[in-house]
Amino acid sequence: MSNPSDTFAQEAEELLQSLEQSLLELEGAPGNATLVDAVFRALHTLKGSGDMFGFSALARFTHHFETAFDQVREGRARVSHELIAVALASRDHLAALLALGAEAVADAGIAAEGHALLARLNAVVEEQPAGAANVEARATRTWHIRFRPATNALRNGFRPDLLLAELAELGRLDWSCSDELVPAIEDLDASDCWLVWEMTLETSGSREAIDDVFLFLQDGEIDITAADEAPAEAETGDEPVTADKVEPQLETSAGPAAPKSDSVRVQSHRLDELMDQLGELVIAQARLRRISDELGDTTLGETAEEIERLVTGLRDATLSIRMLPISLVFGKFRRVVRDLSEELGKPAQLVTEGDETEVDKNVIDSLTEPLVHLIRNAIDHGIETPETRAAAGKPAAARVTLRARQAGGEVLISVTDNGGGLDADAIRRRAIERKLIAATDDLSEEALYQLIFEPGFSTAKALSSVSGRGVGMDAVRRVIEDLRGTVEVRSRTGIGTEVTLRLPLTLAIIDGLLVRVGEGSFVLPLASVEECVELPEDEEARQSGRSILRIRDQLVPFVALDTQFGFPPSDRKRRRVAIVSVEGRRVGLVVDDVLGQHQTVVKPLSAYHRGIEGLAGGTILGDGSVALILEVATLVRRAQSAPRIAA
Amino acid sequence: MTKTILTVDDSRSIRDMIAFALEPQGYRVVKAEDGKDGLAKARAERPDMIVTDLNMPVMNGIEMIRELRADASFNGLPIVMLTTEAQKEKMLEGKQAGATGWIVKPFDEAKITGVVAKLLG
Repeated sequence: MSNPSDTFAQEAEELLQSLEQSLLELEGAPGNATLVDAVFRALHTLKGSGDMFGFSALARFTHHFETAFDQVREGRARVSHELIAVALASRDHLAALLALGAEAVADAGIAAEGHALLARLNAVVEEQPAGAANVEARATRTWHIRFRPATNALRNGFRPDLLLAELAELGRLDWSCSDELVPAIEDLDASDCWLVWEMTLETSGSREAIDDVFLFLQDGEIDITAADEAPAEAETGDEPVTADKVEPQLETSAGPAAPKSDSVRVQSHRLDELMDQLGELVIAQARLRRISDELGDTTLGETAEEIERLVTGLRDATLSIRMLPISLVFGKFRRVVRDLSEELGKPAQLVTEGDETEVDKNVIDSLTEPLVHLIRNAIDHGIETPETRAAAGKPAAARVTLRARQAGGEVLISVTDNGGGLDADAIRRRAIERKLIAATDDLSEEALYQLIFEPGFSTAKALSSVSGRGVGMDAVRRVIEDLRGTVEVRSRTGIGTEVTLRLPLTLAIIDGLLVRVGEGSFVLPLASVEECVELPEDEEARQSGRSILRIRDQLVPFVALDTQFGFPPSDRKRRRVAIVSVEGRRVGLVVDDVLGQHQTVVKPLSAYHRGIEGLAGGTILGDGSVALILEVATLVRRAQSAPRIAA
Repeated sequence: MTKTILTVDDSRSIRDMIAFALEPQGYRVVKAEDGKDGLAKARAERPDMIVTDLNMPVMNGIEMIRELRADASFNGLPIVMLTTEAQKEKMLEGKQAGATGWIVKPFDEAKITGVVAKLLG
């Protein structure tokens, strides 16, 4: 175990996150007792461990928070909008206390904030008249329980007396015990358990509380049925639960809000180290392959091939360890949407789809900021005011949808709003004003929409405090391109806007296409290469600028990389064109030769070279030489801004 | 009468944490470092309950539980396993070996005292 207070800090962060989640869900379902319990349990755990690890200010505050929330749990206070607001603010206060570290003494400002919050919290829970509770009514219900422990239960430490006592604590318990199953005395092992209990329990406690009593006894037969017809829990509560149906709850016993994980915690730098080592292994393996090819020894060749297979397997396994569900990022945005819609007076609801989609950890880490920005934009600029929506006959509450899915080697993440859509005319005016396009340029709406990603572009009339903090959509595009991804926007007036981020699944090792241009080797990310064709001889003559190639009746513009890079013009005959796809458009890149597929370990460029446009990094080839990895999107954009030559 | 709880874990901090949680409640806590050590201490100390880790050197927790359950003099002794992974298979395996219950790591004071109270009364 590492430093316990670090472990606590990590656990506390997770607890705070699940607390936030539960509070937000509770707002939408104020009667849900399970959520109230989840909130309560998170607070309780936080208090307990906080004290244990020297976070006493945090533990004290949590204690009062918990006490106030107990009113809700006991049904003496109602879940209101105001309560959730104060509770969320209190959660933030806890996060601030946590950040101070163990044994830290909060300064006067923070302490005062804490007092103020607790006062508000108490005021909210106390102003509710007793009995006004709309938390799931804690009416007494009658449950029939039939329980037959596993035969070896007694040997394994099960104590029927304690079980019955625990149940009796929940309410009024009647029970009888049947010995029908007990075998004849000559066959009986006295330490086996053959008894069957029939119990009737009248309790105001929840079904979960009863399940908790039987937590360790799932290997027996347990039947819990509600005797009455209770509408409140009709959906789930009345169903007889057999042992194997109960089983999944084993895992949730850690707390309903805690993520179910049968996982091992690993510090992320260890994963990075593993990835680095693997990268070196891939490079060494390429070298081995090359040497074995040169020597032509069969035995060596076979071994080299086997190692290659193993390395590929190892690579895939390692990459899959780094994959995390996107829900880790999506989860954070409920709060963002809630706070923003509050601040701007635009009721909006967040819907997420594809939460289970897995993305490389490093990609996930970099995604938060761009997504926050896109969501801000969606609510601030995309969604209309309630009045406008009403006039257009749209529902008052707008919707922002976060969607993730995997497609090939890419992850698509989209932010969609059902607002007013982009205003193509306003974008056009603005772009002309900012000299991004000429007044005479005739651009399609699609092309106009893409302009919002240009640096310095912003059509918002008044810069609100929400968006327009100096970072624009260009910052979003920059981050996404750093991740070797692309951004697309689609919009329909009156219907809404959708921004889609296309990202590679992983960053550390990619499949690349190795090409030669002049003296140098370069890697094109294979994911963006569609096909390779030969450059027709009549096009060979062209040495500069942009031109058009006809591929199966489709016109594809192409650029020669030697010209782009300022290399001496190639004198090579029969050059090749790699057709790449960028933002849905096909563009050809002319290279001297295509050398083949290459498992590319991406190495960052030195700080000195990092700023160079069009380069995504470098890699080491099997012969020890270096190849640069090209950033296709940037190259294509640059090529397109080059002067056109008349066809 | 003071009840004795044996904690078997190869991590000192976990052993200390369990003692830290249980001693103020009036329990006597005996510590062992692996399954083999646990077995020896269980025989020597006759604890009222055992809290054991599963992944340990020398002898793992599940083997230790099996050995204990093979000895009829330990019939009815509550044995709680600590599982990091919250892995169902591990839990079922432990349960089949004869564990009474489990605690999922990370745990806090309240969780451990709760489970001890549940199984010891």
